[in-house]
Amino acid sequence: MELIEISYFELMLAGLLVILLAAVSWWARLGIGHRFLIAAVRTVIQLSLIALVLEAIFDAEGFLWIALMATVMLLVAGREVANRQNRRFARGQSFAIGTFSMFLSGFSVTLFSLLVIIGPDPWYSPQYAIPLLGMMLGNTMNGVAVSLDRLTQSAWEQRAVIETRLMLGHTWQDAIGYLRREAMRSGMIPTINAMATAGIVSLPGMMTGQILAGTAPALAVRYQILIMLTIAVGTGFGTMAGVLIASRRLFDGRQRLRLDRLQAPGKGW
Amino acid sequence: MLSFKDLTTSHLAPQTRQLDNGRIVCLSGASGSGKSLLLRALADLDAHGGDVYYDDIAQSATPAHLWRQWVRLVPAESQWWADNVNDHFAQPPAPADLKALLLPETALDWTVSRLSSGEKQRLALLRAINTAPKALLLDEPTANLDQKARRAAEEWLLEKIRANGWPTLWVAHDEDQILRVADQFWHLENGSLICREHA
Repeated sequence: MELIEISYFELMLAGLLVILLAAVSWWARLGIGHRFLIAAVRTVIQLSLIALVLEAIFDAEGFLWIALMATVMLLVAGREVANRQNRRFARGQSFAIGTFSMFLSGFSVTLFSLLVIIGPDPWYSPQYAIPLLGMMLGNTMNGVAVSLDRLTQSAWEQRAVIETRLMLGHTWQDAIGYLRREAMRSGMIPTINAMATAGIVSLPGMMTGQILAGTAPALAVRYQILIMLTIAVGTGFGTMAGVLIASRRLFDGRQRLRLDRLQAPGKGW
Repeated sequence: MLSFKDLTTSHLAPQTRQLDNGRIVCLSGASGSGKSLLLRALADLDAHGGDVYYDDIAQSATPAHLWRQWVRLVPAESQWWADNVNDHFAQPPAPADLKALLLPETALDWTVSRLSSGEKQRLALLRAINTAPKALLLDEPTANLDQKARRAAEEWLLEKIRANGWPTLWVAHDEDQILRVADQFWHLENGSLICREHA
C-alpha cells in the first residue's frame, strides 16, 4: 500500500474550512476567530519549516546533524519547562533542573529503544531516532513541568506546615515527603491515564498515522505499545529526577526551607 | 544548658547569653523587634551568625534535624498536616497531661478541622514535648487561651520544665504572666538583649 499524495491545493480546501469557522465565529460574536486563524497559520508555517529541516537531516544522514537536532529539541523543551513554572528557581535553575532531568531520562530511554529494541542501521537513523526522541521529550517535558510547578507552588503555600515539621525534628525529606508524592502524582497522571484508556477511548496518534501510511495494524500496535511503555518510563524517571533535585534545592545544608531561592511569579528567568 | 555566642540575626547585634537547666527566661520586646527571629536562629531555622551550644555540643557540629529534636521551637501559630490529631503524635500523650491542659482523653481522636484555636495551641504544646526535647523555645505559648486554660497551661509547663530540667526561652507580653513564670527576664530592644533578674 502506498500513502495517497496530498497536494497543496487539496490542503487549501481544509484551510477554507478554517476560514469558514472563523467567519461563523465572527458572525456569532464568539470572539475566537482571530486567535483561531493565527494559530492555524502558525501550525502551517511551523510544520512546513520542520518538514524542510527533517528532509535536510534525512538527506544528510550524518550523526552530527542528528545530535544537533536532538540538542536543540532538548534545550527548547527545557525552556518550555522553565516557562511553565509559576515560581521558578532563581538564576535559570529551573531550566537547568528541567533540562538535566529530561536529558537523563529521555535520552537514555530513547537510546535503549534504538539500540536494544528496534535496532535500525545505523542506530541513529533519523527516520527512527527523531520521532522517538520527539515523542519522548514532549511527554517527559509535560511531566517534569507539571510536577515542578506543583512542587514549588505547594511548598510556597504550605511553608508553615513544612517548617513546623522541621521544628519537630523531622528530616527535610520527611517534611516535604507528602508534597513530593503529590508532585510526582500530578506529573505522572496524564501518562498513566493515556495508557489506561489507549485503544478504548482514544486511538493513539502514532499508531493511527502508521495505519494511514499503510502499515499492518498488528505491527503499528506493537510500535505503539513500545512507544507508550518507553514514554511512561521516560516520563517517570524524568519526573522523579526533577522532583528529587528540585525538592533538595528547596533546603540548604542545614535543612532550612529556602523559599528565597524561588522567584516571584511573572519574573523572567 | 543552652547557650549562644556572638549570635546575630537580621535584627540582632552579636549577643552572648545562656539559658540554665530548668529555668525559664521570659523574652519581651515590641512586635517586629526580632523575638521570633532569635527563636528561629536558636532552632537553626534561619541562617544566622555566631553559634549555639547545648552543653558543649555546637549547633553547627550537629545534624540539623537532630538539633531540632533537642531544641524544640513551638511557634505562635500551630500547624497540622494530617486529618486527625493522633496522626501528629509519635506516641500517645499521658492522660495526666491531657487532663492538666483541660483536654478530654478523646481529644486525640478529634479531627484537626474541628479544633478551636485554644485547643490547637494546647495540643501543639503536648505535641512539642511528645518526642523528648532537651530545651524549649516557646513563642507566646498561651496567647490563644482564655484565663482558665492559660493558668492551667502555665502550671503544666512550669511543672514539666522543672521536672525535666529544660532550659526554656518563653516569649511573653503579659506582665502578670512574666511575674508568675520568669526566673529571668530579657528585653529585646534595638538589636540587643537587656537582662534583668525580675520584671
